[in-house]
Amino acid sequence: MFDWRWEFVGDILPRLIKATGNTILAALLGYGIAVVLGLILALAQRTHFPLLNRSVREFVEFIRSTPLVLQIFFVFYVGPQFGIMLSPWTAGMIAIGLHYASYLSEVYRAGIDSVPRGQWEAATSLSLSPVRTYSRIIIPQAIPTAFAGMGNYLVGIFKDTPMLSVIGVAELMHTANAIGSEHYRFLEPYTLVGLIFLLISLPTAGALRRAEAKIREKMGLRQI
Amino acid sequence: MTYVEFLKQYGPQLVDGSVTTAMQTVLAAVLAIVIAIVAGLMRLSHNRLVYGTATVYIEIFRGTSLLVQLYWIFFVLPLFGLSLEKFTAGYIAVGMNLGAYGAELVRGGILSVPKGQWEAATALSMSPAKRMIRIIFPQAFLNMLPPWGNLLIELLKGTALVALISVADLMFIARKINGTTYLSAQAFGTALIIYYLMSRGFVTPFMRWLEVVMTRKLGKA
Amino acid sequence: MNSSLKDYPLKLQGDHIPMVRFQNVTKRYGDLVVLDSLDLDVEEGEMVTIIGPSGSGKTTVLRMLMALEMIDDGVIYVEGEPMTHMVKSGTLTRADKKYLRRQRLNIGMCFQHFNLFPHMTALENCIEAPIQVLGLSKAEAVDRARGLLDMVGLLEKSDEHPSRLSGGQKQRVAIARSLAMRPKVMLFDEVTSALDPEVIGEVTQVIRKLVDKHNLTMLMVTHQMGFAREISDRVCFFYDGKIEEQGAPDQLFETPQKERTQQFLSAVLEAN
Repeated sequence: MFDWRWEFVGDILPRLIKATGNTILAALLGYGIAVVLGLILALAQRTHFPLLNRSVREFVEFIRSTPLVLQIFFVFYVGPQFGIMLSPWTAGMIAIGLHYASYLSEVYRAGIDSVPRGQWEAATSLSLSPVRTYSRIIIPQAIPTAFAGMGNYLVGIFKDTPMLSVIGVAELMHTANAIGSEHYRFLEPYTLVGLIFLLISLPTAGALRRAEAKIREKMGLRQI
Repeated sequence: MTYVEFLKQYGPQLVDGSVTTAMQTVLAAVLAIVIAIVAGLMRLSHNRLVYGTATVYIEIFRGTSLLVQLYWIFFVLPLFGLSLEKFTAGYIAVGMNLGAYGAELVRGGILSVPKGQWEAATALSMSPAKRMIRIIFPQAFLNMLPPWGNLLIELLKGTALVALISVADLMFIARKINGTTYLSAQAFGTALIIYYLMSRGFVTPFMRWLEVVMTRKLGKA
Repeated sequence: MNSSLKDYPLKLQGDHIPMVRFQNVTKRYGDLVVLDSLDLDVEEGEMVTIIGPSGSGKTTVLRMLMALEMIDDGVIYVEGEPMTHMVKSGTLTRADKKYLRRQRLNIGMCFQHFNLFPHMTALENCIEAPIQVLGLSKAEAVDRARGLLDMVGLLEKSDEHPSRLSGGQKQRVAIARSLAMRPKVMLFDEVTSALDPEVIGEVTQVIRKLVDKHNLTMLMVTHQMGFAREISDRVCFFYDGKIEEQGAPDQLFETPQKERTQQFLSAVLEAN
């Protein structure tokens, strides 16, 4: 029956906190990869080469339509099948980075598309070059729209790190499982893991909402 | 062996797994939709208790991982007296998780119906229930469909995690095949393709069809 | 049924060439012909107003001149040089993007919905292109911009973002922004249509100032008939993608010759 043991909590908490560090590291690293890779994927769909645009588009759709946990397995196991050995961390980062890059590329695209057509026309009428048009006019206006999506995925990637446990990455879930099997007690480890996630994701989500409002204000844009 | 041989030998197992995945998806979807509607409506209430309860539920299920929730429901709930079979635990976890996200979509959809509609219905002396069922919700439903399409795909992807509590779905089978044959690219690759076909080949067209039907029914086409 | 580009001059010759020439210009959107073999000359310093019912092609004339989209047939010349096409190995071909960007420096455009850059202040809106495109130093660009903002009466709003400005103020900033590029031709596309009636005057006043004090060539599409009559050198009535009738303002408004012109003018006057 239900019987919460506080001293057990005391025993395992240090280990869980350490694992949290790994979780946060994995999330930030994966997100960093996704932010950069996502931009490349987004721009690769706007080139003048229809074949490239379509291929990248289909690839992005494929990644977005299939489970991350399966992609993690794929990256981890397919390497060795062809002679490339990947550590759990590396495989995990590649899989999660690629997965979230696909999501972010859609966010970037939506951001760029949200800039009114009149802005493009004004830039054209002032003879601004494409590079200047993107960098000075379009992307600055795309950012506030994209920011909300980007923030959601930051929180999302953090919550998806437990999937890395399946290939042995020593993050929070993996550690909780280990503790659970060692002591035959799952109540405290899993509950604590849940609480830790809440304690990190909720304030982060709140901070991101406030940051978004500030960016809009600073850029003189309407508040949503 | 060639890929064709691989498919011949392991195809049936993969199909079985896919059927389980499909069942998990449908059951989780039904649960998610019901939860989303209830919680979404609760979030529109002016009653602080009602609003608060729904908010707590939503924040908890959106603020933690599906995997953590799944493990908690399967391993920890029994300690509170609620022992669930793994198949049941699977779709309940997925349904409760995505229902929380769906609640916001329902709320958003209802709020997006123009205020004039509410006023007109009230002016015609419709009861709140009739107003919601006959006037507001049909319009909200159409507005909600595009993001619900994405949500259902997330739901389908989410069911893959039930393999981790040993439900014999597509991902479980793929792992099993990989474990015995080490043909990782074939096993996992085929599973990926099947998930892709289920999302883009079933869910997306279905949602589009639903949009067309609803648009016509609302006389907007 | 397109004409051959060989039939068009590579450059307009003679002592007296118009600032803008539309030669046999056609524009289609699918099956719909929006401009139909249009011939139109605008002389240097002339102020031409285009009026007509919606769908007559009036806005399209301006958009084609600014090459926001490509025409389907004919050639547009600005200052004697082809605008929509370029000369390559002795023949005319469709202009590429680089060429168009250069040619657009001659033309400025103000839009119905202003299209100011919302993330920049009024001043920043006006210095952006002069710095980035014309290569002015920041000091020079700011100087020029302040002069123009002063001319449109908005110097004290230089550091405001567009969201803090009224419609009339936004449009005036938009005019200053276009003028900062020192174009030879200014286009005004229904610049007062999105404004509340009480601020229309601020904008028309600025345009009047431009007409009186500068030798700019201007093309304006508008529904403000009174204003059009007051300041135009010539008024063109468009119908179905062609110029139905054109002439001096008093002449066109007082004694329209064609039936469609009469119908349009009486409908417009009745609405007012």
